[in-house]
Amino acid sequence: MTANLHLWIIPILPLIGALINGLAGRRFSRQLISAIAVSFSGAAFGWALYVASRFSSLSLPHIEYVARWIQISGFRSDFAFYLDQLSLVMLLVVTGVGFLIHVYSIGYMWEEGGFYRFFSYLNLFMFFMLTLVLANNYLLMFIGWEGVGLASYLLIGFWFTKDSAASAGKKAFIVNRIGDFGFLIGLFLLIKHFGSLTFDQVFPAIAKMPAETAGAGLLTSIGLLFMVGACGKSAQVPLYVWLPDAMEGPTPVSALIHAATMVTAGVYMVSRSHVIFERAPDALTVVAIIGVLTALFAATIGVAQTDIKKVLAYSTVSQLGYMFLACGVAAFSAGIFHLMTHAFFKGLLFLAAGSVIHALGGEQDMRRMGGLRTKIPYTFWTMTAATFAIAGIPPLAGFFSKDEILWRAYQASWAYWLIGVFTAFLTSFYMFRLWFLTFFGEYRGAVGQGLEHGAGHGPHDSPGHHSGAATLPPNAHGNGHIHESPWIMLGPLVVLAVLSVVGGWIGIPGSMGGGNHFDKFLGPVFRATAPAISGEPAQAGETAPPENQTEGQEPQTGHGTELTFTGISVAAALLGLFLAWLFYKRRPELPEQIATGLGGFYDAVVNKYYVDELYAMLFVKPLIDGSTKILWRDVDQGVIDSAVNDSADAARHVSDNFRHMQSGNLRSYAGWVTTGAAVVIAYMIWMGVR
Amino acid sequence: MVPLPYYLLLSGILFACGVLGFLIKRNIITIFMSIELMLNGVNLAFVAFAAQWKVLSGQVFVFFVMVVAAAEAAVGLAIIIAVYRTRETLNVDQVNLLKL
Repeated sequence: MTANLHLWIIPILPLIGALINGLAGRRFSRQLISAIAVSFSGAAFGWALYVASRFSSLSLPHIEYVARWIQISGFRSDFAFYLDQLSLVMLLVVTGVGFLIHVYSIGYMWEEGGFYRFFSYLNLFMFFMLTLVLANNYLLMFIGWEGVGLASYLLIGFWFTKDSAASAGKKAFIVNRIGDFGFLIGLFLLIKHFGSLTFDQVFPAIAKMPAETAGAGLLTSIGLLFMVGACGKSAQVPLYVWLPDAMEGPTPVSALIHAATMVTAGVYMVSRSHVIFERAPDALTVVAIIGVLTALFAATIGVAQTDIKKVLAYSTVSQLGYMFLACGVAAFSAGIFHLMTHAFFKGLLFLAAGSVIHALGGEQDMRRMGGLRTKIPYTFWTMTAATFAIAGIPPLAGFFSKDEILWRAYQASWAYWLIGVFTAFLTSFYMFRLWFLTFFGEYRGAVGQGLEHGAGHGPHDSPGHHSGAATLPPNAHGNGHIHESPWIMLGPLVVLAVLSVVGGWIGIPGSMGGGNHFDKFLGPVFRATAPAISGEPAQAGETAPPENQTEGQEPQTGHGTELTFTGISVAAALLGLFLAWLFYKRRPELPEQIATGLGGFYDAVVNKYYVDELYAMLFVKPLIDGSTKILWRDVDQGVIDSAVNDSADAARHVSDNFRHMQSGNLRSYAGWVTTGAAVVIAYMIWMGVR
Repeated sequence: MVPLPYYLLLSGILFACGVLGFLIKRNIITIFMSIELMLNGVNLAFVAFAAQWKVLSGQVFVFFVMVVAAAEAAVGLAIIIAVYRTRETLNVDQVNLLKL
C-alpha cells in the first residue's frame, strides 16, 4: 500500500473558496475576494504539484477511498479518487491553467459588477472539473461532468441582464443535456452488464472481452453512447452549436472553461474509457470521423468570422476535433498531448484576445482593430507565440502535438490525414488572419467614436449591461486611450506563452531525435489493456511491445516517411501564413473580391452554414410550437387546468345555493331548529309505533 | 286529583306557546322568555308523570332543569346586555352580522 496523498484535498480547496466567496463575498472588498479565490485555486495547484512530486513512488493506478456513497444490493459507488498518468496530466493542466486564469481574471474583472459571484463560480468550476478528472468511478465523474456544465451555464450567463448572454447560457445547458442523455444511457448499460461503474472493476472485466471486430455489440453501443456525451461536452458535430454562443461569457471564462479545460472533458472521458473503445472498432471509427469532420467544418467557419472571440471559439471546436481524431485512431496519448498543448496556447489566445478587448474598451470586431502591435507590445508578443503554436510552426507546442496526431491518423487512413492537413492549413490561415487584422496595418476603429462606445457601455464585452460603467473613475477603461493591460493580466500571458513555446518539447517524436517522453509517460495507461489485434495499423503503436519503444517508434514505417509528412504539414501551415499575409497585410482588397467570387458559398460560411437556423427549424421550432400549442394550450390549459377549475366551479355553484341558509336572521335559524327537532321527534314516534 | 291528561295538555300548550314565541318574536328578551316557557312546559310534564307513577326521578330531573335554566339565564342575560351595549337594539333582525 502506497502513501496516502489525500487527493480529496485538491477538489475540496476550490470548493471552500467558492463557498466563502459565494456566501459571504458580497460584503468583502475586491482585494479580499480575489485573494480568497486565487489562494484556494493556487493551493489546489500546489497540492497537485506535491502529488506530482510523489508520483514516481506510487504503485499505479493509485486509488484513494474517501467515503462510502451509494450501496444498493451489489451495486456500489464510493467517493474515491483514481490517480494515474492520465489523471495526473489533467490534474496539472486544470489546476495550473486554472490558477493562471484566476490571476488574470482579477485584472480583467476588476471593474465589473458581481466580482464575488464571478470568482465563486470560477472556483466552483475548478471543484467540479477536478472531481471529474480525479473520480474513480463513472458516477462521480458524472457529478463533475454535470457540475462543470452548471458552472459553464452560470458563467456564460454571467451578464444575465443581457438577453443574448442568458439565452447562450440556456443553449449551452440544453445542448449539453442531449449529450448527457447518451452518456447516462451508456452508464446504465455498464451497470446492467458489469454491475459496477468503478474503473478498477469495470475495466479489468472489459479487458477480458474480445474486440468486437465482427460487428457492433455491447461495447460498441456503450462507446457510441459515450461519444454522444463527449460530443455535447466537447462541442463536436452535431452538438457543437453551443460553444460559439458561449463566448457571451467573460473572456477568462472562455479561456478556462470553453477552451482549456471543460470542453476537453469529452476527450478525457473517451481516453479514460479507452478500454471500451479499443474493443469497439466501429465506435472508434465514428469517433475519428466525427473528429475529422468537426475539425474541418469548424475551421472553415472560423475563416469567415469577424468577432475575435468567435474565431477562437470555432478554432477551439476545430482543435477539439483533432483530439477526437487522435482518440478515434486509438492514439489516445497523442490526443491528450494535444489537449495539454491546446490548453496552453488556446488559453493564452483567449487571454490575449481578452487583453486586446480590454485595451480597446470592449471592441471585439477585428474589422475595427489593427495596428495594435506597438500599442500593446506584451499582448502582441504573447499572442504571437500562441498563434505560431496553434498554426503548427516548429518548434512550438502545437507543432509537435498536431504532427503526432496527423502522423497517427495517416497510419489509420490517408483520408484522415488529408483532411487533417487541409484543416491545419485553414487553422494557420484563420489564425494569422486574426493576427494580421488585429496587430498589423492601420488602426481601423474610429478613435473618438469607438472609445465613446467603450465608455458608454461596460469596460469589456458586456455592452449595454453594465450600468455602473458611467460612474467609473476617469482613468478606468474606455477613456480615450489604447492601453496595455496591467501586470496582473500580463503575468499569466507570459507564463502561458512560455508554455506554448516549450510545452511541446516533452513529446518530440523519435524521428526528430526526441524521446517522445509524453507518449512513454502515458503509455502504461493505454498499453496495458489494449487488446491483441494483429494487422491493425491503428493499434500497432498502442500495442507495441516494450522493445520497440527503445528503438524509437513504429519501425515498420520508418522515420523518413514520418519526416516527409511533417514537412508537408509544416508547408501547409506556412502556406496559411503566406495567404493570410497576402490577403490581410499586403493586398487587403483581395478577400473582398474572393468573397464576391465565391458568392453563395461565402454567404453560407459567414452564416455558419445556417446550422443554427437548421436546428431552429428542425428541432427548436417544432418543440416550441408543440409545447405552446399542444402541451400548454391543449393539455395543460385544456385538460389539467380545466379539470381543476371545473371541479372548483362545481363546488362553488353548489355552495352558492346552500349559503342562503346562512341568512343571518335569527328567527330563520330558530325555524330550522324547530323543524329539525320536529322531524327527529316524528321519526322517533314513527319508529316507536313500528 | 286532577287527571294526568290535563297536566299534559297544559304542558303541551305551554311548550307550543314557547315555540311560537321563539319563532315569531323579534325582541331578544321575549325569545329568551319563550325558551324559559318551553323549559317550564317540559318541567310540568315531568312532575305530572312523577306524581302519577309515584317515582321521584321525574322531580329530581326538574331540579336539574331548573339549575341549568338558572345558569342559562345568567349567561343569556349577560349576552343580551352585551349585545345591547354594542348594537343599541334588542331586535334580532338587526343583529345579523354573522352571515355571508
